[in-house]
Amino acid sequence: MNGGGMSVTSTNRLARMAVARRHAGRWHWTDIAAYAYLALGVLLMFGPVAWLALSSFKTQAGLLEFPPTLLPMSQKEVVVPGQAQPLPLFEVTMPDGSTRVLAQVRRIGIQAQMVDPANPGETIRVPIDKRKPVREFKLATENYTEPLERFAFTRFLWNSVFVTVVATIITLLINSMAAYALSIYEFRGKTTMMLMVIGTLMIPITIILVPVYLVVTKLGLVNSLWAVILPGAATPTGVFLLRQYMLTLPRDLIEAARMDKASEWQIYWRIVMPLAMPALAVLAIFSVMWRWNEFLWPLAVLTKTESYTLQIGLNAFQGELQTQWHYLLAMTVVTLLPVALVFVFLQRFITTGIANTGMK
Amino acid sequence: MAGLKLTDVRKAYGAAMVLHGIDLEVADGEFVVFVGPSGCGKSTLLRSIAGLEEITGGAIAIDGQDVTDLPASERGLAMVFQSYALYPHMSVYANMAFALENMGFKRDEIDRRVKRAAAMLRLTDYLDRRPKALSGGQRQRVAIGRAIVRDPKIFLFDEPLSNLDAELRVATRKELAGLHAELGGTMIYVTHDQVEAMTLADRIVVLQSGRIEQVGTPLELYNRPDNLFVAGFIGSPRMNLLPGRVVEPGVVAIGDAGHRIDCEIGELPAGSTVTLGIRPEHLSVTDGTGVPLTVELVERLGGESYLYGTSPGLPQVTLRLEGQSAHQRGETVTLGLPRQHLHLFDEAGKAVRS
Repeated sequence: MNGGGMSVTSTNRLARMAVARRHAGRWHWTDIAAYAYLALGVLLMFGPVAWLALSSFKTQAGLLEFPPTLLPMSQKEVVVPGQAQPLPLFEVTMPDGSTRVLAQVRRIGIQAQMVDPANPGETIRVPIDKRKPVREFKLATENYTEPLERFAFTRFLWNSVFVTVVATIITLLINSMAAYALSIYEFRGKTTMMLMVIGTLMIPITIILVPVYLVVTKLGLVNSLWAVILPGAATPTGVFLLRQYMLTLPRDLIEAARMDKASEWQIYWRIVMPLAMPALAVLAIFSVMWRWNEFLWPLAVLTKTESYTLQIGLNAFQGELQTQWHYLLAMTVVTLLPVALVFVFLQRFITTGIANTGMK
Repeated sequence: MAGLKLTDVRKAYGAAMVLHGIDLEVADGEFVVFVGPSGCGKSTLLRSIAGLEEITGGAIAIDGQDVTDLPASERGLAMVFQSYALYPHMSVYANMAFALENMGFKRDEIDRRVKRAAAMLRLTDYLDRRPKALSGGQRQRVAIGRAIVRDPKIFLFDEPLSNLDAELRVATRKELAGLHAELGGTMIYVTHDQVEAMTLADRIVVLQSGRIEQVGTPLELYNRPDNLFVAGFIGSPRMNLLPGRVVEPGVVAIGDAGHRIDCEIGELPAGSTVTLGIRPEHLSVTDGTGVPLTVELVERLGGESYLYGTSPGLPQVTLRLEGQSAHQRGETVTLGLPRQHLHLFDEAGKAVRS
């Protein structure tokens, strides 16, 4: 999704720069080099995403086709009177060299029984190497609708949205409180505390996976979405990010609020939180991304299908023996969409926010 | 409105003492200015009174009630910060209403008070604006308005005019004086600018290195400075301070030539090292004998002129003359030092009085 966001930037620039040249009206070799470089960038960044999006509309057969096609194509079908199912259309080379468009009723060995849709009474036998499928551009929307209907993907979607939204709210709340204490108050051991918080950044989740799992089990939270939400709510990155930002707020404002008889809660909620909005926005965006894409931890604690998040649901399409690529691709697009949209619409906030807070 | 009493207030940051036992009483309704050079502890003292700094020793009482251990929010004081400290995300109205909301006032009472303060400070048209959309002077008035609406026991001002340009500073200074006359509240004002101190204060507290040098009305300080520091700090241009020595009772010698100046010397023995102080406006140019001065620079301001000159063994001397002086650079004039305007300070810098 990172690539998706970046490519939007490049295309926007490309659109703006399409008329820009080194010397107005003339082509300099640097213009060509610049455009070539940008085009390459777009191809590299946007190509895989576009490929994914296009492929997600291909049928299962279309995906396995060789050579692969860029656009989702599928065989044209026609309803013939007297036939229960719609029949696939073929372009047939007749023994006399002429070509006709016929519908195939059935295939027996190397022979195909075909009918002319205009004259359904007459059956024509055709060797299968003499026919070529008639193809048209067709979006296999069933890739999207079927998983959403049959595989409880709406349930997964809801779970993902719930986890992302609730976890982000809790993260913002807890992290900002910790950051408030670590930036506004003076107390013994403040620096040590901060270093400990930052120190936890060095512990990878794989190390604490088992102990945290045991804790979650004891709390009876396995298979509950709260098991996904709670352990990661207090992030060292978030505390650090918000603390650094809050340190830049003028002390006078806090003191003015104290003189104005504001309680510590009021200072936190009515003064510091609104002023820390840029940093909160950045953390919110990151939290949404982290939570939406989280895989390992939900995979460990969510074992029942009804509690799956999207990422775990996607994993289910990848069986031991076969992978349902058409569903997998379509649902990957579905999972990518929200994050991509976040990037498209909040891009400005993200870049300025990251620049302001020094976070990458 | 209330009085304030400081008893032996001390403040230390680790080993560094910032306030060395401050004793001060401020009467109800008084306008007191803390003045001193930067780093003298005047802001720390103000913040200690406000409750924003914990003091290391001593006691602070407001209206006879000991508030030493009360947090800032419970002392009932209002403060105007040097940076104004307006809440940037709130409108002018919300800025002024914030404290009242915290104090649990009813909505219509808040509205009444904010509107009244806004009218008093000519802010009525700006109530919906954010601080960012205001000029420096308007922000300053919002900061004052935020203090006024609360009807506090004491107003505290921390160098409130230092971020304004010179013209606006003079205008706002007058407004502040008018405001004090109108509201009649107890006000404590910190500044490093002695002109602000002279013009605003009922009483001035001169601080240096965390100690009170002198407390008094502006003219007391001007006419009878207790020590060299106050003498040099109050008054602009500053008092001429000439090193000298007592030669015999009633006579002090100054300069390399040992010019004899008639002066009240109190009980100082002959031979004591002293400093003779005289303000620029009290010096005159005479025809008789006296201290010769070589003019180095003449500033003519129209209504008055300043002569800067030197004499062997003396630091640069400043003279203020009425009108447009005809003296020229390089000219030598004779100084007259009228006895009644002389200030004498002993070796320790204390004023010598009979």
